[in-house]
Amino acid sequence: MKIEMKGINKAFGSNQVLKDAGFVLEDGEVHALMGENGAGKSTLMKILTGVYTRDAGTVIVDGSEVVYKSPQEAEKAGIVFIYQELNVLFDLTVEENLFMGKEITKKFGICDKKAMRKKAQEVMDKMGVNIPINAVMSDLSVGQQQMVEICKALMVDAKVLIMDEPTAALTQSETEGLFKLIKSLRKKGVSIVYISHRMEEIFELCDRITILRDGTYVGTEYIKDINMDDIVRMMIGREIGERYPKRENIKLGKEMLRVEGLTKGKTFKDVNFSVKAGEVLGVSGLMGAGRTEIMHAIFGNLPYESGKVFIEGNEVFIKNSREAISAGIGFITEDRKTEGLLLEKSISDNIVLANLGKSSKNSVMVKSKINDLVNKGIKEFRIKCFGPDHECNNLSGGNQQKVVFAKWVYTDPKILILDEPTRGVDIGAKKEIYNVINDLASKGVAIILVSSELPEVLGMSDRIMVVHEGKITGIIDASDADQEKVMTLATGGTL
Amino acid sequence: MGNTATKTLNKKSWTSYIGEYGAFIALVFLVLLISIISPDFRTAGNFLNLLRQATFNGLIAFGMTCVILSDGIDLSVGSTLALSAVICAKLMMSNVPAILAMIIALISGTILGVVSGLLVTKGRLQPFIATLITMTAYRGLAMILTDGKPISRLAESVESSPNAFAFKLIGRGNLFGSIPIPAILLVVALCVFYFVLNKTTFGRKVYATGSNAKCAQLVGVNITKTKIIVYAISGFMSALTGLILISRLDSAQPTLGDGYELDAIAAVALGGTSMSGGRGKITGTIAGVLIIAVLNNGMNLLEVSSYYQDVIKAVVILVAVLSDRKR
Repeated sequence: MKIEMKGINKAFGSNQVLKDAGFVLEDGEVHALMGENGAGKSTLMKILTGVYTRDAGTVIVDGSEVVYKSPQEAEKAGIVFIYQELNVLFDLTVEENLFMGKEITKKFGICDKKAMRKKAQEVMDKMGVNIPINAVMSDLSVGQQQMVEICKALMVDAKVLIMDEPTAALTQSETEGLFKLIKSLRKKGVSIVYISHRMEEIFELCDRITILRDGTYVGTEYIKDINMDDIVRMMIGREIGERYPKRENIKLGKEMLRVEGLTKGKTFKDVNFSVKAGEVLGVSGLMGAGRTEIMHAIFGNLPYESGKVFIEGNEVFIKNSREAISAGIGFITEDRKTEGLLLEKSISDNIVLANLGKSSKNSVMVKSKINDLVNKGIKEFRIKCFGPDHECNNLSGGNQQKVVFAKWVYTDPKILILDEPTRGVDIGAKKEIYNVINDLASKGVAIILVSSELPEVLGMSDRIMVVHEGKITGIIDASDADQEKVMTLATGGTL
Repeated sequence: MGNTATKTLNKKSWTSYIGEYGAFIALVFLVLLISIISPDFRTAGNFLNLLRQATFNGLIAFGMTCVILSDGIDLSVGSTLALSAVICAKLMMSNVPAILAMIIALISGTILGVVSGLLVTKGRLQPFIATLITMTAYRGLAMILTDGKPISRLAESVESSPNAFAFKLIGRGNLFGSIPIPAILLVVALCVFYFVLNKTTFGRKVYATGSNAKCAQLVGVNITKTKIIVYAISGFMSALTGLILISRLDSAQPTLGDGYELDAIAAVALGGTSMSGGRGKITGTIAGVLIIAVLNNGMNLLEVSSYYQDVIKAVVILVAVLSDRKR
């Protein structure tokens, strides 16, 4: 199926989101759509699939102009959008989710369970995923849920698949499975629009790339004719310089955190490591290796069975997050939307909540203290907003993450744990976050950086700790480390 | 997409103002409407009377607002009211000084609230179920204590007590000869709740708990404590209402406060507080309380049949909640 979008305009109220945007999707290609957050990628795709109506422009599918009035209509035509946000019913089984609204029925509308199971299993096998089809969604990992979501799209006979950051929550092997599937779909003539912030994936997977900036079409190139720097330049319209900024004259201080023999059943076992003041310790490993759980255990959020935790040489027994905070630990968790922010509240409310002590006197809120703190946060972290009362829901991913950083940094942590701090953050904001991390480290904060992005761990850390199935398989100096070594350790090999 | 929504946020549309002050606009409209139709309604005496009637629902609805803001609900308010009132009456009948009996009743109400809070937090029961259990249990206890019969002539029984005036005052007293004490309590409570919810760290914690408990917990908010306190507040307010009620009736019945939870929840909803917590205002709740009071009072004066009254109230709540849904 060939799709041509031309001169698309779209405004929400007074805000022009798309201005003369468009792209051409050829039959059987994997086409990357890139741009910073807010560049209009998702909006463009939502116009294609009938979620939004366009103000101007044309959409031509296989030679004739179309206007889909709803996603269902687009789906009928064979265009399926897999959203970034999971769109699953958590209390139902995998099979029920797959067939939601398109159940196979026998006479009198009775569900044909047998036929549905068979078809579901077929699709699962084709994808090479191994998820029990009668499992309840909420029992699955986020990665597995995402795979179900992709399977769901494949249940209809899709000719065009639009994927918005499909790998954000997938493990390495799941990602590989997905790529294999995408490639085989391409062979069958299915066209794929692939939206992602991960350059490595784009280069591995895509045939062509279209770049949008500020809602406007910038250009389309063949992947083989372009390099990473070109893409970044087209995306942000200027040079960004070094992708991972380097810290000048690193000074390591005394040991801030030491963990000895931390164990919790099968989740993690005999975990030993330490972090010094001013050091960035990268933590790498596959999804589900137990990295996040170790961090939650240190923060008092997950009870562990045995092991010791020392802060500045003194053993501590942290039972909950309040105690962790007063012991000087900060924790920027993996999931910004469900754990990091009160989304429906303002920037001010969010920063203040983590710093109630600093913005009150005798438990009574002090307006001047609140204003000082929040205005400082917005300025220091360069949060793009209309002011302290800006609701976090309406901020871009990068700016939301800056709010999370602001609220934690002002608690003056001595040890700051960062779990996937740049997930879903565009390239410009990523760099700003890297600068914040470096800045904190040079001020003597001990930083633990958990990340699934290998280049990020390699580029930002002083040492890299690799976790495999709940065990530390190695801690290597960044100067000795490369992708291969880390991957070997992460998959259980030895160096 | 960040920019998209931000710009619309920049200038407030007139619809958003209606959303924010909708309950007050509705209240003013209602008062004007009934004032025009009924001359009896627009007298100072009636307004004071109306305010006194609003007190019962108002005090309970303030506590309910806190609970709902924290993403809970308290169905036990009516039963808590009855049980505390019965405890107070029993004590007074056994010659406990009036003030002491009242204080014990308030403490009892608070403890009864704490029990609901413990069921919700430590017991991990859904608030609806937890307070359904306490609601049933407290009503039963009130029945057991009184053997199902009203305890009457309370004032007489404390006549000899040195501070009997306190008991009479709380429900029947007037300030400057005409302003009912309950109405004054309502205004004082409004100020206190406004201050606590908007100006204290505790208020922040209540909103944060209702908005996203996981996130709040991670930054060090003690969710368990916050939730127990809001139920305790609700219990205290119910007990206080119970005292005013028995002082006014001069009798304590185990069936007191039956159905009060629904009026309180209705007032909170009318005031625009989100039933899933995190969003809402105490000023909205007082508007909701007054709307319900004006409707009741006005329709009685206009001699609307009580069957129709319920239907009309339902329609008003429906319209208010619908208009509040999308701004």
